[in-house]
Amino acid sequence: MTILIIAEHDNKSLKEITLNTMTAATQIGGDIDVLVAGENCGSAADAAAAITGVRRVLVADHACYNGQLAENMAALIETLASDYSHIMAPTTTSGKNILPRLAATLDTSYFSDIISVESADTFKRTIYAGNAIETVQTADSIKVMTVRGTAFDLSETNGSATIEALSTVTDLGLSSFVNEELAESERPELTSANIVISGGRGMQNGENFSILEKVADKLGAAVGASRAAVDAGFVPNDMQVGQTGKIVAPDLYIAVGISGAIQHLAGMKDSKVIVAINKDPDAPIFSVADYGLVADLFDAVPELEQAL
Amino acid sequence: MKILVSVKRVIDYNVKVRVKADQSSVDLTNVKMSMNPFCEIAVEEAIRLKEKGVADEVVVVTVGSKACQETLRTALALGADRAIQVEAEDGLDSLSVAKLLAAVAKEENADLVVMGKQSIDSDNNQTGQMLAALLDYPQATFASEVVIENGEAQVTRETDAGLQTLAVTLPAVITTDLRLNEPRFASLPNIMKAKRKPLEVKTVSDLGVEVGCNVSIVSVSAPAERAAGIKVGSVAELVEKLKNEAKVIS
Repeated sequence: MTILIIAEHDNKSLKEITLNTMTAATQIGGDIDVLVAGENCGSAADAAAAITGVRRVLVADHACYNGQLAENMAALIETLASDYSHIMAPTTTSGKNILPRLAATLDTSYFSDIISVESADTFKRTIYAGNAIETVQTADSIKVMTVRGTAFDLSETNGSATIEALSTVTDLGLSSFVNEELAESERPELTSANIVISGGRGMQNGENFSILEKVADKLGAAVGASRAAVDAGFVPNDMQVGQTGKIVAPDLYIAVGISGAIQHLAGMKDSKVIVAINKDPDAPIFSVADYGLVADLFDAVPELEQAL
Repeated sequence: MKILVSVKRVIDYNVKVRVKADQSSVDLTNVKMSMNPFCEIAVEEAIRLKEKGVADEVVVVTVGSKACQETLRTALALGADRAIQVEAEDGLDSLSVAKLLAAVAKEENADLVVMGKQSIDSDNNQTGQMLAALLDYPQATFASEVVIENGEAQVTRETDAGLQTLAVTLPAVITTDLRLNEPRFASLPNIMKAKRKPLEVKTVSDLGVEVGCNVSIVSVSAPAERAAGIKVGSVAELVEKLKNEAKVIS
């Protein structure tokens, strides 16, 4: 088995979810290489070389990999693919963008968002918004997949892999990066936070999210949202937790003013402890909450902040 | 220009699914089916591009059994001009679907393919990317804004970190995020009119595509049930429980 992991990074630093992906790769076993493709991505490559168990870090540093355009990235990975039995990336918008394209180029199947490695050719993943778990087996020679970060522990980072620069440039000129609007936040990243507090339609407007932020500050938590809150324009989409947003599994998830629709539960029901604060005692969220408080959130949340 | 939109018939998003006792699949008998929500957004976007004068024709396509024709009729009622059903078994793997869609896109010589970012049943989020690869087209996935001018599409994409804008040359494949638009409802007169719009049926062999994959589903099981917990009476009690019982805060 020889495995290639596509690193998730922003050129300067390696995203933690790459370390969860490494753990999944380790469970398959064999030699593991990491590809870091970007522009001026030397420090991300250094961080990848420190992941325990990595054999080599391959670095493709060129302007055409800026923004990790799917066309150029898939073409680059295609040039390396014949050396590998498995090609994996974290389940992020970048991984989900690139790897299916790569799989079709290689005429092989792709497994999206795997939650467990059963063996080198058998994996588990969720379907129907997390309401069923499918075990799939493939006879394809190259296995392409993305890995759910919250389903695997972080690997350690005391290694010192060799770093090799790749000279391949695969600029297809089909697409170009125009610009990016990044959401600024001082808080921990939603997908890796130990505590998440989320608001739903019950928050009524965007300003009211400040009461959640005050609690988040006291707990060192990240702030999330349901689709209803995002669609109503209360908060930006990158805060959305659910089937079509981010999947989180923190130690503590506090759902405030969230009814608990199937699509939202898909994104958070693997949290260790779930707390629901809702004034509707019949809200479906109470059927998964370890601790439920039937109360008006505008009284309960400030009171919670005081109590912490 | 001509826009091809692919749509999929899936279990309705409000249905709580049941796994079959033999763990072979999810039970779909007598369950309400609808157009995949992301596909509705794709149809809406194509129709808006037609209303703006950007597109001349919107062709909607699906791969699946005869039952999928009702999904095509829905798209026609929303404003698509004509429909193609590629007759195949339901639940075909995504790479095969992408190969069939690629054959249709080539036959139709479409300038743009618009489709949903993922179907809410298999949750794969892959067919659009695969289709783009097979056609050697650029792709713009998870689109929340599409502007078409001068032979290219400027697409704003929803990413983990915020928003990213790309320019892709046409022809291209665009997959829709929920935030792209608010789909319209079909009016009764439009539903009646849709019954007379052309719907062509093609077979897999017509398209000269070989379907089938190396993947087998070993089992489908229900996830571990989460037991409901307790209701607390006050915020003070909640904080006490979180500290001393669950020990998730200090």
